[in-house]
Amino acid sequence: MSQSPEASIEAPPEKFAPQSLSDLFISFTLLALQGFGGVVAVVQRELVENKRWLTREEFLEDWAVAQVMPGPNVVNIAMMVGDRYFGLRGALVGMAGMLTVPLLLVLSLGFAYGLVANNPHVAGALRGMAAVAAGLITATGLKLMPALKKHPLGVPACVAIGFCAFVGIAFLRWPLVWVLLGLGGAACVLTYRKMGKHGA
Amino acid sequence: MSIVLSPADWLTLFAHFMILSLLSVGGAIATAPDMHRFLVDEYGWMTDPQFSSSIAIAQSAPGPNVLFVALMGWNVGLNAGGFPMAFFGVLVTMAGILIPSTTITYMAARWGQENRELRAVRAFKQGLAPIVIALLTSTGWILSTSSGYALRNWPIWLVAIVSTLVMWRTRLHLLWLLAAGATLGWVGWI
Repeated sequence: MSQSPEASIEAPPEKFAPQSLSDLFISFTLLALQGFGGVVAVVQRELVENKRWLTREEFLEDWAVAQVMPGPNVVNIAMMVGDRYFGLRGALVGMAGMLTVPLLLVLSLGFAYGLVANNPHVAGALRGMAAVAAGLITATGLKLMPALKKHPLGVPACVAIGFCAFVGIAFLRWPLVWVLLGLGGAACVLTYRKMGKHGA
Repeated sequence: MSIVLSPADWLTLFAHFMILSLLSVGGAIATAPDMHRFLVDEYGWMTDPQFSSSIAIAQSAPGPNVLFVALMGWNVGLNAGGFPMAFFGVLVTMAGILIPSTTITYMAARWGQENRELRAVRAFKQGLAPIVIALLTSTGWILSTSSGYALRNWPIWLVAIVSTLVMWRTRLHLLWLLAAGATLGWVGWI
């Protein structure tokens, strides 16, 4: 992991690209292997902050597509990033990178689990990791908020829409389809109209 | 448990996972309740404990959480005739859950990328941005309150809040946080 000390938390303007198909495969493999309890937190940090293959805005947009389309979101995004740089081959390699080694690992763990399933320490450690993983995903959302500053609808409207979606999902437990079609659809229509007014 | 699966049964399994793939908006985990209905209740191809542990193991392992589907195939195959069948089961369920959704997403993302200057495409992507942020934060919320709102769960919330702040405000590597969480749980504080 390249972590330069002077790099700030804000997404930097510079952009880089994957060097080759093997760079793509290895990058996504390493990325997937850091993702305990959901890879999205690592995807954002690696692709936007460390590797800089995507800007924060691009990540938000790609993630929206990955989220709305069926299928595992992180696999979708690996495929989309791979496709952008290397076409269909890149898409397949990105997906393979995201899945191959983690698949072997999960099958071995399934094996090993039988031996230690009843150990209270193991169960406790899993609970602890799950709590951390929950925090990591929340922080990923918080970190993307500055991208809304450039949003056509303006910050207050974005906050209002986001707040409604949060309450709907976290507290009222609405099905995702409703939120995406209802709130998401309304937000898209509003954005579309706003863009027109400014001749954008 | 020991079961017998005919080629037609394998095909049924494959077809069912292909349908679930198309419905898996929001990730494969959203289709887990229906997998339970299909695999455990309707066909009895795996036991309830096998189903629950498949999900728990995949969640605690690194990698996309769609891999719980591989463990479902593994267990069905194991029940149907040992390790060779277990690997075959992984192939059937993973191919089923991935091929339809990735094909559709690939084509849609390509179209969107080629037409990214279209006002409708930009409005679609940007309009969803606030919702995406809300989805991420509410996923974190749901996971950290999954054992209920009882006050005795405060250590879980504290760990979740601290790791949110550290991840948000610093560049500390994620693995340090996960190791800390695992240690706290191991010694019984969580």
